[in-house]
Amino acid sequence: MESRNQILEVNNLETQFSTWEGVVHAVNGVSFNLAEGETLGIVGESGCGKSVTMLSMLRLIPSPPGRIVNGSAIFKKKDLLKINEDELSTIRGAQISLIFQDPMTFFNPVLTIGEQVIEPLQTHLNISENDARDRAIEILDLVGIPNPAERLKDYPHQFSGGMRQRAMIAMALICSPQILIADEPTTALDVTVQAQIVDLVKKLRSELGMAVIWITHDLGIVAGLVDRVIVMYAGYIVEEAPVKELYRAPGHPYTKGLLGSLPRLDANERERLASIEGIPPVLYRKASTCPFAPRCPYRIDHCFNENPKLMEISPNHKVACWVDIENRKER
Amino acid sequence: MMNDNVLLKVDNLVQYFPIRRGVLQHTVGYVHAVDGISFEVHKGETLGLVGESGCGKTTTGRSILQLYKPTSGNVYFDGVNLVDLKGEKIRVLRRRIQMIFQDPYASLNPRMTVEEIISEPLLIHKIIDSSKTRDRVKELLELVRLNPAYIDRYPHEFSGGQRQRIGVARALALNPDLIVCDEPISALDVSVQAQIVNLLEDLQKEMGLTYLFIAHDLSVVRHISNRVAVMYLGVIMELADRDELYKNPLHPYTTALLSAVPIPDPEIEEKRKRIILEGDVPSPVNPPSGCRFRTRCPIAKEICAQERPAWREVKKGHFVACHFA
Repeated sequence: MESRNQILEVNNLETQFSTWEGVVHAVNGVSFNLAEGETLGIVGESGCGKSVTMLSMLRLIPSPPGRIVNGSAIFKKKDLLKINEDELSTIRGAQISLIFQDPMTFFNPVLTIGEQVIEPLQTHLNISENDARDRAIEILDLVGIPNPAERLKDYPHQFSGGMRQRAMIAMALICSPQILIADEPTTALDVTVQAQIVDLVKKLRSELGMAVIWITHDLGIVAGLVDRVIVMYAGYIVEEAPVKELYRAPGHPYTKGLLGSLPRLDANERERLASIEGIPPVLYRKASTCPFAPRCPYRIDHCFNENPKLMEISPNHKVACWVDIENRKER
Repeated sequence: MMNDNVLLKVDNLVQYFPIRRGVLQHTVGYVHAVDGISFEVHKGETLGLVGESGCGKTTTGRSILQLYKPTSGNVYFDGVNLVDLKGEKIRVLRRRIQMIFQDPYASLNPRMTVEEIISEPLLIHKIIDSSKTRDRVKELLELVRLNPAYIDRYPHEFSGGQRQRIGVARALALNPDLIVCDEPISALDVSVQAQIVNLLEDLQKEMGLTYLFIAHDLSVVRHISNRVAVMYLGVIMELADRDELYKNPLHPYTTALLSAVPIPDPEIEEKRKRIILEGDVPSPVNPPSGCRFRTRCPIAKEICAQERPAWREVKKGHFVACHFA
């Protein structure tokens, strides 16, 4: 994995939001890399900062109230946070594209699917109407929409939820991006349709050779889909590991807790679920202690004195925790 | 005719909703939300009812409580047919059947305090002296592991998981026998879901409750249920003991549904074969003839379009509606 070229490097990203209650620290110094063709999973509960990290990277944070305070996001030697808006527009939606959770509200209801799917082509590439149409038919066919030449003329309400999600993927892929960011794309879908979409993304990423960042709260779905997982909590990365390592030997008590709280289809006995007590915090200042400590069954005094940084505990496996949870002793 | 152990018996329940159009509101068609389902719920057990969105699982729950007047069919609760009852008689029986809702943000009145919310059923049914309600509410809060000191707070002061606990306390206020849980955890975060599942299990043990647990998440249903019924487009496709259903599914829909659920283990996921169903669930306004599942079924034959498969008990306690099971 190390030998592959890195196409994206995010360093020390910090994003804050001003609210009536105070400044919310949503993303607190997040750093990660993405290699060419790699699939990275970002996992966490609502409010952990996983979506805000992605939106900050592409400067899609509404500002105000949002503010990117610090950090860089290097894509092809350019810092996405520094380049001018025109240059960013040539990257966003073309070389890096996004798909979202809700295919119902994504499309404009008064434009046909065809008009919307070719929009990025016309924006980013100087391409004739006819060529754009041919490309749209090709891409709709690729994402498995039957009879694409006819369906181009349909309006979004004539598509089912699963079809709309496919059309959204088609729109994201039409300019052949190097990175596809998928923000909970299957959360609103039924499980049989979710399986269709996951299957489709797996097929497309190998055919098109693109890297994928898959954001989700569901540790089940990323297990069979990604190469590497980042776990976020309260705006911090608390664990990062190759996918098999993470599930076999989770190093952070939060990751372990999340895995334990999932009922499994293949469980043998009806065991009590290992729930995590309490709820995730909202940070109004940078954490000086470990933000998970109040909920943590492994906490020690040190956790309330200093917020742990990410430490490498084995090759490519990093954990932000003072405790070696396997041996129950301080690191 | 009825086994002592059966608390709830649903017999060929049908629930259609008319579609009205035009100035005169002519009925132009029906949504076939629930189309002839039968099952029993035994005392003290949890029956899981799973299916995808629009399959009629929520309507089933509501029709059982007579929140909708069923189009046809019968619902026996403790031997009494609820469909025939009116007025005071159904009100008295409803004390024994309560409901927990999906959305803990929408199901609690934001202008009422916790005390008002939880004591409302007690006051409506006049089963407790009004001077004693506050103590009873505190007792209920403790039962659902909430601090009784929160009694005068409003819903917005609580997190999603805590609100769902308030919803559970309200359902328990009248000491019900049966609780219909309609997707009680799907609006909650993963780590909080487990807290509510554990709470429901503990309460069942302590109070001998019976649950009808409606959900779309097969892993959660497997965890909490003794028996499981799988619904598709208004019809129950298969019903069996939990272990039997998950180890030995007989209906092609159950098989596909189970194979679509991800398992949080990369080593297992690597080796799993998925059955990917084509297309989406058809509209319940105009459901397919014969077997409802035939349009997406990998093994459908001609007979599936012509005849609706019978609801048969193929093994003791294992029911299935498929021509080829």
